[in-house]
Amino acid sequence: MSKSSETRYAIELKDISKMFGSVVANENINLSIKYGEILALLGENGSGKTTLMNMLSGIYYPDAGTISVAGEEVTISSPTDAIDFGIGMIHQHFKLVEILNAMDNIVLGTKEKYLKPKVLKDKILNISNKFGLEIEPEKKIYNMSVSEKQTVEIMKVLYRGAQILILDEPTAVLTPQETEKLFAILRKMKEQGSAIIIITHKLHEVLSISDRVAILRKGHLIDTVETSKTNENQLTELMVGRPVSLKIERPDMDEKKTILKVIDLSVMNDDGTTGLKNINFKLKSGEILGVAGIAGSGQKELCESIAGLTKVKTGAVLCNKENIIGKTPDEIINLGISMSFVPEDRLGMGLVGSMGMVENMMLKSYKKNKGFFIDKKPSRKLAEELVKKLGIVTPNVDTPVRMMSGGNVQKVLLGREIESNPNVLITAYPVRGLDINSSYMIYDLLNEQKKKGVAILFIGEDLDVLLELSDRIMVLCHGEMKGIVDAKATTKEELGLMMTGRSLEGVDLDE
Amino acid sequence: MNNINKKAKEPLMRTVKRAERSKMDTIKLRIIAFVLALFAGGVFILLIGYNPFELYGTIISGAFRSEMAIQATIKFMIPLLISSLGITLAFIMQFWNIGAEGQIIMGAIFSSYFALFHSDWPHLLLLVVMFIAGFVGGGLWGLIPAYFKSKFNTNETLFTLMLNYIALHVISFLRDGPWKDPGSSGFPKISRFDANAQLDKIFGVQFGWVIGLILVVIVYIYIKNTKQGYEISVVGESQATAKYSGMNVKKIILRTMILSGGICGITGMIQSSGSDITLASSVAGGVGFTAIIVAWLANLNPFSILVVSFLFSVLEKGSSVMQSTYGISTYSASVLQGIILFFILGCEFFIRYKFVFRNKGGARA
Repeated sequence: MSKSSETRYAIELKDISKMFGSVVANENINLSIKYGEILALLGENGSGKTTLMNMLSGIYYPDAGTISVAGEEVTISSPTDAIDFGIGMIHQHFKLVEILNAMDNIVLGTKEKYLKPKVLKDKILNISNKFGLEIEPEKKIYNMSVSEKQTVEIMKVLYRGAQILILDEPTAVLTPQETEKLFAILRKMKEQGSAIIIITHKLHEVLSISDRVAILRKGHLIDTVETSKTNENQLTELMVGRPVSLKIERPDMDEKKTILKVIDLSVMNDDGTTGLKNINFKLKSGEILGVAGIAGSGQKELCESIAGLTKVKTGAVLCNKENIIGKTPDEIINLGISMSFVPEDRLGMGLVGSMGMVENMMLKSYKKNKGFFIDKKPSRKLAEELVKKLGIVTPNVDTPVRMMSGGNVQKVLLGREIESNPNVLITAYPVRGLDINSSYMIYDLLNEQKKKGVAILFIGEDLDVLLELSDRIMVLCHGEMKGIVDAKATTKEELGLMMTGRSLEGVDLDE
Repeated sequence: MNNINKKAKEPLMRTVKRAERSKMDTIKLRIIAFVLALFAGGVFILLIGYNPFELYGTIISGAFRSEMAIQATIKFMIPLLISSLGITLAFIMQFWNIGAEGQIIMGAIFSSYFALFHSDWPHLLLLVVMFIAGFVGGGLWGLIPAYFKSKFNTNETLFTLMLNYIALHVISFLRDGPWKDPGSSGFPKISRFDANAQLDKIFGVQFGWVIGLILVVIVYIYIKNTKQGYEISVVGESQATAKYSGMNVKKIILRTMILSGGICGITGMIQSSGSDITLASSVAGGVGFTAIIVAWLANLNPFSILVVSFLFSVLEKGSSVMQSTYGISTYSASVLQGIILFFILGCEFFIRYKFVFRNKGGARA
């Protein structure tokens, strides 16, 4: 069955093009991958990586060009076709049935006769031994950690006999340790002759796992390079189109005084699970306090409870000695505490997608002028100022913000919040989905605020960035605080261990 | 395991999202849709044995042939226009108020109370009170689903729909019982309003059209230039955003539904005291549902609603003339209306998407 020969390509893409309306997602892409090879697909957001892979897995259909699998030209018009051709895709967001166990999820949707659980279990364990997967077939999905769920997803495609595996940003939700485990599995699969395509943003991962790197920019394939003959700087340059400095500044501030004090903060989620448990920390002026943790460890609850958007079970948040828990966002604004919150969901919470910049500028301030009518003049002025100051690219200030690119949307949101001259700035994943350039612009903006004496809570996902940008880093795991460490003194490994639940022994830097 | 033997075929037809169309293109497409609608309708007319050109001519002339015809067309338009404006407020908030029927009826019932039992009040005062009563009746009927939506997150579509039937049966109850006309010798009906409780006429048409035009302007300004209108748009886009920016979402939902239902209630007051001159169970007569189509076709813009509801009433009045002139059944006229609507609504799909056929290149055109 494994016909892996050196000369035959697992996949060959010829002149693949795909448009969405007037947007070119992919144009004339020529790409091939051999069996027994790991290819990394690198590119900024919106460069067309996911679109390209979705065409391979049958979700989209190319407008032009041909796809060959194992040397034969094929038509992939549905995910079922893709599986028939041995192509399996592991999506960023897992597609598992929570209340079923691993085994049921794995066979779900396959057309063959129902196997007895015992036989099935053996079959699954057989496959997992072959590739070094750790899997408990009878464990329910809802009891699984993120990395276990991912293993089930991988098992799902292996069970269907996939020889070609596509992974869309598989490490985004994993700790450094879990990432290593995943890479070990991928290497084993490569040895067994599978072809693997991995999409990722993280350059050091590209360098450690792949054999070749294909770089996409604005829908075009820029270059394919051998991993052994390249480095981070060259890859960035290919990705962005010009050299970029990868250093993040960390200005040191002398005068620090506590602005925000969080005491024993606990939050219960709607479904009765613990959102946050006894969180204690102080946020000082002129510092960036980073928050690290696996996605869903309580970051959202933390931000929203401080901003007054979530009901808090116990605890207090003191802002200039005044407890703001139990107050509505409106009351918090009226108290004169100028706190800004840049939520992770930009268009779903921070901005109104169908409105232009002008109307978005007054989202939090429209109540200020008296009377029944709104006054758009000040917000129009502010919008025009921001466009100039932050270099926001938009046809005009009345263009709906949802038509703008991710980086510009983030600039609009962050710009509005900064313009309100806050004392406290809470930002959740401010660079998620942004390209390298915009990301560095956002870091600069944050540092500028820090220099002005603003206290910044920075929820991040990239540990490298957290280590470089923050002064201190707080680690969350399952809603609990595992400690606060000095960003200059800690390591990625230490953070990784804390993210998976090991508490920090010894001194609490906060006191 | 690569069983390549299954070589799938390219699908015959795919839908592809097209680039944003220019305004001119959109208008052109709508005109084409209209022409096609007329053509398809023409085939239908031919099938039932008439001359399409004659019949279409009758629809147009039927709506405009005399002063009286024009007045009748306007009379059709008034309730449609005002209730479309009412539900527009709810729709901007993405609150699917399909209960305009019930709100119209409730408005009519509330105002009819004053028309029936206080007809001795001074004319102007009585009308103003009836107007307010109509607003309150419709507003209350809109408030009920809004309250449950904001309190228990109930489904407003079902809730508003069901309230329609309750309102309808309240009229039947009043007609058969407490408000039954004693002079009607057993036949259950509510008595005719006193002349004092009737809306005045301007240019031969009841005063409602003036109210309608004023409401177009008021609703437009309310949506575009007031804080409350701004809040409605934000809540409609995302409740999380509204909460984030410090808005009281529950209050906004309740307030907007009072307004939405209230405006529909005004329709009821105007229809009963201006056109029906009594409280009939047909006071809403499906207008509340047609208003949904009008509001959507007009893209929730008050001025477009004015145009669309006018076109609807031309079609309505014209086909009723067609019916009587040619003796065509009501149902045939309804089929014709349906065909025209089908094409106009269907063309919205082609504004956003297009089909690509097998072996015809792709979206590269």
